[in-house]
Amino acid sequence: MTAIAQSASSETFVLNLGPQHPATHGVLRVKLVMDGEYIVEAEPVLGYIHRMHEKMGENRTWAQFLPNTGRMDYLHALAYNHNYVCLVERAASIEVPERAEYIRVITNELNRISSHLLWFGAFVLDLGGFSPLLYAFDDREQILDLLESVTGSRLTYCYFRFGGVYNDVDQDFLDGCKAFVARLRERMPMYHNLVTKNIILMKRLQDIGFIDAEMCRKYGATGPVARGAGIDFDVRRHEPYSVYPRFDFDIPVYPGCDSMARYMVRMDEMEQSMRIIEQAVGAIPEGPVMAAKAPKIIKPPKGDYYHAVETARGSFGIRAVSDGTNTPYRMKLRTPSFSNLVTFGEAAKGMLLPDALALMGSLDLVIPEIDR
Amino acid sequence: MTIDSELLRLLLYVVGFIAFIATNAAYLVWLERKEAGHIQCRIGPKEVGPFGLLQPVADGLKLMTKQLIIPKGADSFLFRLGPVLVMTPAVMCFVTIPYSDTIVARNLDVGLLAIFAFASVNVLGLLLGAWGSRNKYAVISAARVVSQNVAYEIPMLIVIVTMVMVTGTMNLHEVVTSQNGGFWHWNIFRFSASPLMPVAFLIYFVCMLAETNRAPFDMAEAESELVAGAFTEYPGMGFGVFFMGEYANIVVGTSMATILFLGGWNCPFGLWPGLHWFLIKMYALIFTVIWIRWTFPRTTFYSLLNLSWKVLIPVAFANLILTSALLKVL
Repeated sequence: MTAIAQSASSETFVLNLGPQHPATHGVLRVKLVMDGEYIVEAEPVLGYIHRMHEKMGENRTWAQFLPNTGRMDYLHALAYNHNYVCLVERAASIEVPERAEYIRVITNELNRISSHLLWFGAFVLDLGGFSPLLYAFDDREQILDLLESVTGSRLTYCYFRFGGVYNDVDQDFLDGCKAFVARLRERMPMYHNLVTKNIILMKRLQDIGFIDAEMCRKYGATGPVARGAGIDFDVRRHEPYSVYPRFDFDIPVYPGCDSMARYMVRMDEMEQSMRIIEQAVGAIPEGPVMAAKAPKIIKPPKGDYYHAVETARGSFGIRAVSDGTNTPYRMKLRTPSFSNLVTFGEAAKGMLLPDALALMGSLDLVIPEIDR
Repeated sequence: MTIDSELLRLLLYVVGFIAFIATNAAYLVWLERKEAGHIQCRIGPKEVGPFGLLQPVADGLKLMTKQLIIPKGADSFLFRLGPVLVMTPAVMCFVTIPYSDTIVARNLDVGLLAIFAFASVNVLGLLLGAWGSRNKYAVISAARVVSQNVAYEIPMLIVIVTMVMVTGTMNLHEVVTSQNGGFWHWNIFRFSASPLMPVAFLIYFVCMLAETNRAPFDMAEAESELVAGAFTEYPGMGFGVFFMGEYANIVVGTSMATILFLGGWNCPFGLWPGLHWFLIKMYALIFTVIWIRWTFPRTTFYSLLNLSWKVLIPVAFANLILTSALLKVL
């Protein structure tokens, strides 16, 4: 790859990929220095959808910031909700009832599957295959219906509360979860037959888009990008939170470092999420869903707090500094796609344009979460 | 009197072909959208007219009423010339295609040659249009179009040469009459000429997909990579003409497949030959073309060239040599 970059002639041109481009899925702009179809240099340019969520967090009360979290990564909003409520619960020492924890896990994993399904469709769309997108949306629709029935919204959820969840789930929801898992189990082989085993797709993904463990460490890439590079790291397993340690699930790790490895990690993760949902639905205890002694006004004691969760894209961390008042003194959000994107600049060097776009698709970027 | 009837004949065929091409272009879009809808578990167009049958009319009106914008800095002559150069050769191809024993505008003795000569001009149209629109995506696409077409014309023409050797003529009418009878007489199953005939058909079909820039070889359009490739800057009918040209080329390509391999207007069982059999075979092939587009992801440029130079050309050559050897021996 470096050999190609070195032999590049001086006749290069700059191609602005974005901010409006079908493959960037949002308002990401990548400044590409191209030599013919080869990429000499790739520089992601950010900030087109920056909304100052961190500053907003410092300007409002702890509770008022909660809806903001669902609007960063709109594809896995519940994990962002979850991280923030976990952080505040840790800071203000609020105990969460067991049933609420189970509900959190179930809804979170459903949301993770819906995020991965959308990524799957959009990724294959990037590669020029249109039909799998609509099959994936068909399945995703079932999840959105389920989540709508308990949370009231379909995309930017704000369902978790400090000390529990907003409302209890009913038997219909639990039955719906079981039915959904059975349905998706049945359809997964179809996805693999139609897409994963397709020779064109395999040729486009295998050994292309090289991101190795060293690069992941250098840029702080997490999630499926790191697991596709052979790094066995999942926040749910290695810094456990909620009731995740009670469930039996595997962390899919592929040592391939290529786009195919990242693809396979996500496909396997959907299956693991289904396992978690099954176990959680089977073992969900009765009881309240809100802590009895949750304070109305949150004033965490002075201190520096950090909490991280595993979202569909990687490790999302919030660091909040409390000065003991009802607004945070400092709010710092560490979002996974930001770190994952930075690897693109290095990995795309010397690649052909279509391969670079396949690589970008395999990073599963959500732009509002990068800019936040 | 003879001049009059000749003129009338000319007029009839010109009007007939233009109507056939326009209807095909419009309703193949409809078919494509309906078929895509069916494959993707949705309905497809249904609002305009029964079963959305008036959708192409609405689309056409929309395209025609749009302003023709020529981008600043573009070469306006080449920009206008591009769509014309794609559309005209496609229309010209129809001149020698025999649709049945009697329906053919001009039964040329070099019909086969004429068609592939005209068909190769369409590359020039795409190249000039893309170059003239002065857009970086379009220029990348232009470069792709040229090398793609060069790479794919070679195996295609080798297959055509094989077919000329087998049938002994370049006259399309005679090509079909040499396959008279049931389906075992068709060139695709003519194992006495070469056991690789079905493979030759496959090579032709793949090359045709690549020539007409259809998925999975739609590198020139590649909407997720190059926005719209060569057509990025084209507004309204400029784009519309490109689009019609693409569908006309598909019709030509599948017609040629029907004539060369599937026995033209012959019935598979030797009964009632005629136009309807030609159309059935042609539309079955078009249906397959659309089916492929909505099933497969796009290949990349180098794997496409690899396929052409490492697989298709050697196999086509092997078929050529085998066929000529068998013809010599038998």
